[in-house]
Amino acid sequence: MTKEEKATAYWKTNIKYVLILLSVWFLVSYGAGILFKDALNTIKFGGFKLGFWFAQQGSMYVFVILIFIYVRLMNRLDKKYGYDE
Amino acid sequence: MMNSLLVVEGLGVQNWTYIIVGLTFALYIGIAIWSRASSTNDFYVAGGGVSPLANGMATAADWMSAASFISMAGIISFAGYDGAVYLMGWTGGYVLLALLLAPYLRKFGKFTVPDFIGDRYYSKTARIVAVFCALLVSFTYVAGQMRGVGIVFSRFLEVEINTGVIIGMLIVLFYAVLGGMKGITYTQVAQYCVLIFAFMVPAIFISIQMTGNPIPQLGFGSELANGSGTYVLDKLDGLSTELGFAEYTEGSKSLIDVFAITLALMVGTAGLPHVIVRFFTVKRVRDARKSAGIALLLIVLLYSTAPAVAVFARTNMIETVSNQPYASVPQWFKTWEGTGLITFTDKNKDGIIQYVADPNQNELVVDNDIMVLANPEIANLPDWVIALVAAGGLAAALSTAAGLLLVISSSVSHDLIKKIIKPSISEKGELIAARLSAVAAVCVAGYFGIHPPGFVAAVVALAFGLAAASFFPAIILGVFYKRMNKEGAIAGMIVGITAMLLYMMKYKLGWFDEVLPDKSEWWFGISPEGFGTLAMILNFIVSITIMRFTKAPPKEVQDMVEEIRIPSGAGEASKH
Repeated sequence: MTKEEKATAYWKTNIKYVLILLSVWFLVSYGAGILFKDALNTIKFGGFKLGFWFAQQGSMYVFVILIFIYVRLMNRLDKKYGYDE
Repeated sequence: MMNSLLVVEGLGVQNWTYIIVGLTFALYIGIAIWSRASSTNDFYVAGGGVSPLANGMATAADWMSAASFISMAGIISFAGYDGAVYLMGWTGGYVLLALLLAPYLRKFGKFTVPDFIGDRYYSKTARIVAVFCALLVSFTYVAGQMRGVGIVFSRFLEVEINTGVIIGMLIVLFYAVLGGMKGITYTQVAQYCVLIFAFMVPAIFISIQMTGNPIPQLGFGSELANGSGTYVLDKLDGLSTELGFAEYTEGSKSLIDVFAITLALMVGTAGLPHVIVRFFTVKRVRDARKSAGIALLLIVLLYSTAPAVAVFARTNMIETVSNQPYASVPQWFKTWEGTGLITFTDKNKDGIIQYVADPNQNELVVDNDIMVLANPEIANLPDWVIALVAAGGLAAALSTAAGLLLVISSSVSHDLIKKIIKPSISEKGELIAARLSAVAAVCVAGYFGIHPPGFVAAVVALAFGLAAASFFPAIILGVFYKRMNKEGAIAGMIVGITAMLLYMMKYKLGWFDEVLPDKSEWWFGISPEGFGTLAMILNFIVSITIMRFTKAPPKEVQDMVEEIRIPSGAGEASKH
C-alpha cells in the first residue's frame, strides 16, 4: 500500500466505527430516552419505568461504554496501520 | 444560635465549614505555587504533557460547574422527567467530543480553538469571528460561576454575597495568573476529588436513610425503607399529582422541545472552548481519546447520582413542609428564608404551608439552587457533611471559573495580540499579556458576579446554544469535509450565532416586544434553550451552500486536513 492508500483505508474504517457508535448513541438517548419513552414506560423493573430510566440513567452509562469501545477500536486500528506511538 | 450549637453539638456547622473550606483553599494555593507556569506553552496547554487520568479529572472538574453541583439536582427535582435534557445533554456531548473532535484537535496541536479555526480556514477574519464567539460564550458562562461562589459564601460563612465573590475572585486570580493552564490543571484534579466526595457522601447517607440501599443510583428505584412496600418513585408520582403537579416521571415539556434542548446541549458541550482546549494538554492523540472517556466516566459518577438526589430531596421536602403549620417548620427552613431563597407568603392566612402547582394558591417558593445545599440539613445529616457540601460547591464553581478565564485570557493574548495585532511580540511579552488579560478577565467576571445584569442567569444556559451555533459545525466540517472553505465557514458561523442571539433576544429576553412573546409563538415549538439545534442546522446549511459557489481551499490546507486525520506524530502542542 502506498502512503495515501494506507491513510484512506485507515480513515474509512474510522468513519465506519464512528457511524456505528453514533447510531447507538442516538438510539439510547433520543430513541429510548425521548421518542419511545412512553412505550418503554409501560415496562417496569424495580421502581423504574424503563423510558424514564434510559433518560435519567441508562443513556449516560451507555455513553461511557461507547467512548471506551472507541478507544479500544482505535488503538487497535492505529497499531494495524503503524500509526501508534 | 451558633454558639449554643457549638456547646451542644461540638464544633457546629460554621466552624466545620471554616475548617474544611480553609483546608481545601490552602491545598489549591499550595498546588498553584508548586506548578507555576514558566513559558507560554505551560501557560496555555500545561506544557502538553498531562497524563490522560489527570486530564480526565481536570476536564471533569472544569466541566462540572456551580450549575452541575449546586443547581442541577434542584432543577431536576422540580422538572422531573424533563430534567433528563440536562443529564443526557451534558454527558452525550462527550461522545461527540471523543469521536469527532478531540483526537483531531490534539493532532492539530496548537493552543486555542480560534487557532484551529484561523489556520484551517486560512483567514484572519475567521480567527476574529472565532475569538468573538469564544469570548461571548465564556463571559456569559463565567458570570454565573462567580454568582455561585457568592451564594455558597453567603450561606455557609455568613459573609455578604459580594464579599464572597471577591474572596473567590482573589483565589482564582492567584492560581490562574500564576500557574496558567498548568496551575489550573493540577488544582482542578484536587477540586474534582473534593467535589465528588462532597456530592457523594450526603447522597449515600440519604439513600440509606430513605431506602436502605447505599447506592443512590439503585436507591431511587427501590422501595421506601419505612416498610410500606411503596417504591420511592411511585410515592413521589403520587405526591406530585396530589398537589396538582405533573407526574414526576412524565414531565411536562413537549417531545420536540425535549429533543431540541438535549441536542443543543450535547452539541454545545462539544463546542465549548474551555472543554475543547483541555484536549490540547495531553501528549498523544490516543491520550486525547482516552482522557475524554475518563472525563465522562468521572462526570457520570456525579450526573447519575444527581437524579437520585433530586428524587430524595423532593420527596423529603414535600413531606416535611407541605400542609405543615408555619410555626413549627424546622430550623433549616428559617436559615434559608434568611437568604431569600425560600419564601413563604401565607395567602389564605391559615398559618399552614400550602405547596401546590396552582400559582394563585401556592404559598411556598423554593429556589432550585438550594436543593443540594439544603439537602443535608433537610435530612438531618451531621454538621461536617453540611460543611463538606459548601467546600464542594466552591470547588465546582472555582474550577470552572478558572478554566473559562484561561480561555478568555488566551483568546486575547494569543489570538488577538500575538496572531493579529502584534505578531512580533516576544514569548516573554506574550506571557505577560496572558497574565494581564487573566487579571482583567477576573475583574470583569467579578463585576458581573456582584452586579448580575438581570439577563445573566437567563443567558448562561444559552451559552451552549451559542457554542452549538458557532464552533461545532465549523470544527466538524473542518475535519470531515476537506472541500470546506473559508467563505462557507465564516458565513456559517456568523449566520448561526446571529440567529441564536436574535432568537434569544426575542423569545428569552423579550427585547423586541412590549411583553415577552408567549410559548405558542416559538418556532416549531422550540424554546430558546433548544434553538441552538436549529441555529446549528442553519450554520451547516449556509456553510455548505456558500462553499458550493466559492473556491476550494488551497492545496496546503487540504494537505493539513489529511495530516490531522492521521494520529501519529502529534508531538508537543508547541510547534508554532
